Amino acid sequence: MSLLTCLEVIDCLGAYLDEELPPPVRVRFDEHVAVCPACVDYIATYRQTLQLTRGAGEDEAREDQAPEPLVLAILAAWEREHGEPPP
Amino acid sequence: LNAPSAEREDVGASACGDAPASHAPQGGAGERASKQAEFVALVRAHTGRLRRTCRRLLQDEVEADDAVQEAFLGAYAHLHSYRGEAQLTTWIHRIAVNACLMRLRRRIAFTPALESDDCDEVLGTLLPRYLEDGHRAEPLPAGPGWTLAVDELAERRELCERVRQLVQSLPEPHRTVLVLRDLEELSTEETAALLGVRINAVKTRLHRARQALRTMLERELVREDLA
Repeated sequence: MSLLTCLEVIDCLGAYLDEELPPPVRVRFDEHVAVCPACVDYIATYRQTLQLTRGAGEDEAREDQAPEPLVLAILAAWEREHGEPPP
Repeated sequence: LNAPSAEREDVGASACGDAPASHAPQGGAGERASKQAEFVALVRAHTGRLRRTCRRLLQDEVEADDAVQEAFLGAYAHLHSYRGEAQLTTWIHRIAVNACLMRLRRRIAFTPALESDDCDEVLGTLLPRYLEDGHRAEPLPAGPGWTLAVDELAERRELCERVRQLVQSLPEPHRTVLVLRDLEELSTEETAALLGVRINAVKTRLHRARQALRTMLERELVREDLA
């Protein structure tokens, strides 16, 4: 059976990272990666992109704020809708 | 989602602002007071996170605040359907996401893009190119920036901010899928259900969004390293 092409390997990358590749395809995937440094680099930087994205999200979460004007606006809207003040 | 699907659809309707008043929690004064106290606690505990989620999805601070408010009112209208604090966080988060997606759908340009898989043209040169035989058309550019430890890079606040900007620059519907999956950490199945698209469409769009982001990030890192 012929090696997967770079295109086929990268198309499979999502399933590979999710460990959803069928075993025969996983074998062919690994065979290609074993001889293709460009795909090795691509997969590594793809993984790093994912890590950086998540890291950027966590960094943003550190700045989460619940500004009092917004909280009060929500409680006031609730009061208007239900005709009674929140406790 | 923790609530049954029928409730989810109902909650989705409430997030759009059209929930009937009769859906408000019922019961005695004591129970009502308890629910009210829960509502206040809910607002104070979750506004920060929901605001971040809504800003990511809507890219508009005023509209995001409106969506947060809409989500809390929708949640209150269905307080009877959540069961305990552990489920509440996920539940209110999904209501907020749904409120944002409804708003996104109302934006004129969004709906056609959401229904189409022809968006790769928008991504243009950000996707890798291949020869007719399926092998790579061009070598990867040397990226010395990638040699830095990812942990180290992630601690650089300006890079984190730049990554968030790059995410926001992705075209719809790829941006929304990447935000839901990689930032909001929804599952593929949840994302597909919320967007009303097939699971495979979510997977394809996420993969292309990550590829495009990888290319943009590579350009940033190489440029930064050369500077």
